[in-house]
Amino acid sequence: MTTATMTALARHAMAAALLLSASYAGAQTVAITGGRVFPVSGPVIENGTVIIRDGKIVAVGAGLAVPDGARTINATGKWVTPGLINSASQLGLSEIGSVQSTGDASAQGQDQVAAAFTVWEGLNPQSMLFAPARDEGITTVVVMPRGGLIWGQAAVITLVDGSLTDLVTRAPVAMVAQVGSPGQGGSGSRGEQLLRLRELFTDVRFFRDNRRAFDRAETRGLAASRKDLEALIPVIEGRLPLLVAVDKSSDIEATLRLGREFGLRLMLAGAAEGWMVADQIAAARIPVLTGAMNNIPGSFSSLGQRQDNAALLKRAGVEVLLIGNAGGGGADEPFNARNIKQEAGNAVAYGMTWNDALRAVTLTPAQVFGVAERTGSLQAGHDADVVVWGGDPFEFTTRAEHVFVRGVERDVRSRQELLTERYKTLPPSRWEP
Amino acid sequence: MIRNATIMTAAGPAMRNGSILLRDGKIVEIGATVNAPADAVVIDGTGKYVTPGLIDTHSHIGAGGAPGGQGVLLNDVNEATSPVTAHVWVEHSVWPQDVQLPRVLEGGVTTIQVLPGSANLIGGRSAILKVVPSRTVQGMKFPGARYGLKMACGENPKRVYASRGPSTRMGNVAGYRQAWIGAERYRRSWDNWLAKRTGDAPARDLGNETLAEVLRGNILVHNHCYRADEMAQMIDIANEFGYKIRSFHHGVEAYKIADILAREGISGSLWADWGAFKVEAMDAVKANIALVDRAGARAIVHSDDASGSQRLNQEAAKAMAAGNAAGIPVTEDQAIKWITLNAAWALGLEDRIGSLEQGKNADVVLWTDNPFSVYSKPEKVWIDGAMLFDRLDPNQNWRTDFELGYVPRRNLR
Repeated sequence: MTTATMTALARHAMAAALLLSASYAGAQTVAITGGRVFPVSGPVIENGTVIIRDGKIVAVGAGLAVPDGARTINATGKWVTPGLINSASQLGLSEIGSVQSTGDASAQGQDQVAAAFTVWEGLNPQSMLFAPARDEGITTVVVMPRGGLIWGQAAVITLVDGSLTDLVTRAPVAMVAQVGSPGQGGSGSRGEQLLRLRELFTDVRFFRDNRRAFDRAETRGLAASRKDLEALIPVIEGRLPLLVAVDKSSDIEATLRLGREFGLRLMLAGAAEGWMVADQIAAARIPVLTGAMNNIPGSFSSLGQRQDNAALLKRAGVEVLLIGNAGGGGADEPFNARNIKQEAGNAVAYGMTWNDALRAVTLTPAQVFGVAERTGSLQAGHDADVVVWGGDPFEFTTRAEHVFVRGVERDVRSRQELLTERYKTLPPSRWEP
Repeated sequence: MIRNATIMTAAGPAMRNGSILLRDGKIVEIGATVNAPADAVVIDGTGKYVTPGLIDTHSHIGAGGAPGGQGVLLNDVNEATSPVTAHVWVEHSVWPQDVQLPRVLEGGVTTIQVLPGSANLIGGRSAILKVVPSRTVQGMKFPGARYGLKMACGENPKRVYASRGPSTRMGNVAGYRQAWIGAERYRRSWDNWLAKRTGDAPARDLGNETLAEVLRGNILVHNHCYRADEMAQMIDIANEFGYKIRSFHHGVEAYKIADILAREGISGSLWADWGAFKVEAMDAVKANIALVDRAGARAIVHSDDASGSQRLNQEAAKAMAAGNAAGIPVTEDQAIKWITLNAAWALGLEDRIGSLEQGKNADVVLWTDNPFSVYSKPEKVWIDGAMLFDRLDPNQNWRTDFELGYVPRRNLR
């Protein structure tokens, strides 16, 4: 074969590959028919149809006609839901936990303040851990920075193939901070930590109102760097939520007081003892991110940790977003961000209604993080983040049989599947122990 | 006496509408029709499931108590002062008031092996404990159970001892071999003296006493090891010194040498889905447990985590589903063994616990639903025939000393 022929062949193969990837990029029309459809934004539709075109949902309902040329997925006996959302994850920010060079979840900041830290900019779009999450029906995650007093800014990420700009659906969606671990925040006690936060928010106001004087170095010293003060302006103006990781009930109350004083839009994460002050949280209309798989008083700040915390909060009228809280190598590790459906199942086992649990991993997070017009429910015009399940999505025996992310069903096998395939049949061993 | 339940015996196929009779701490009868003695407490198990008490081969509960965290000083897991600490016994670290104990009991776990940590090449003796309220750890110890020995491969020891050694995997292997050479010499000198009993007895050495008992086959080796190639090295070392490895723990790459584990008679104490937290855990696959089981090795779901230990049934369900998804069919009758009978074997207790058979200890769990469902919870748990947990009667349930006043009472329903 001549070099010229080889080049021509290679060019031909490349063109074919491009064509293939173009068709796989979601131009096709898909009709999922006959399934038990949970739009979440409305009541369940038995024998429903979901039609996807060009990456969007174009119709959801009963008795819809299948468009000509559509790929049809017969979902008879199957359940169809929006893609699941894990609302607190380090997916893409930490590839191999012990390898620092693959960890991009935390900032050095300045004196434990890293408000300007836009964590998503260091996200790895090629993470090997996206595929396992997607295989379990997760299409969207909220990635959170961590560490210090003010941890940085969170973003909503959609698990598509592409560059970072394709993945980031909305950013920032929250400023993340903690109350109740003064040591981590560079303070000696809870009182000092609250003092520090008050000083910080007061200085942000001052900075906003005296910016030119600050730039001319005509002001007193302020409690944070220029970039961090700047990043906190939307927080004190109530435009960007402040998501506070906090467990102890008295620390939650202190957080609520801070919120009232400075007019903050709060969210709480963890909230181990949230159930003890559920009425106050509900009255302040503050959403809570918590899990349903922990009942261990892991610290003296979470002595009241219980597995039905999520259900009790929900019952008190709090908006609940389910996140992993099992600890260990459980659902709070990036590899097991995929276990959010187990969290939802346990929430049901410990008192939440099934519908509320589904909502807590779909529509509620979408609403709370401001992406409900794109994902979190099955509605015409939304991104086609759709999962076809073999049955009840929370049961272990149920598989996510089709996972569409923005209308694309990814068919590339994961690293885990490749390993399994390689070792499913073991080669003969030349070593006899 | 529990009637009309689905009984997953772990010794054979599940029995629909079965009955089981417990008396004087033992399983007396099990079958489709069992006559209840006049004085028996009869529990209707309609719609419910019965399994053996679950067994966790890898726990640190009690030694790493809750609350943890800086300054709390309840962490007594790793004697990280020397790479070989065969002389320590983890039972001397166990705090019987650890709140994690009643919580794993509520998860249906009746027997745990508490292990020293993995900082050391040889970490010390394990303790086999019944999950029962007791003022002392002595009161929890499983009567007559053989001790285990904790060994650890790979990243942990070489990270902990990086500055003084071992700092490499070859350093790790040299460390094990050196320890066993010393133990072999010690065993010989004692065995010689015991045969003759003349002259002064050799000097006692705590570490070598434990290692010599391993060489005599009286202590079972539990080896923390992730990578397939390292497990193979550990098998060579065991053969060099004439001991057996009873179980590889964590073994995220066990599926790569499942045939060898089966041939060598080594069990795998494995996770359903942990991985990626360090380089040696990178190749974790969810079908691991199913692949090991299919190869004929004893597969076990372990926790290494007080939270995971509460849901061994859910972890087993995940591993079963992963096997089925990968084209490796796994039945519930197989998967129940991963958290019962196979774990009992790893602890050398398969003749007493791990399955529901006549004459075995009455360690029994009554589940609200199929234990492989996410919605199922243990309703009642018996150990040695004593009901130690009843979800329907929260006031009777075990509260550790620590919880009194400190920890608000939980509604378990």
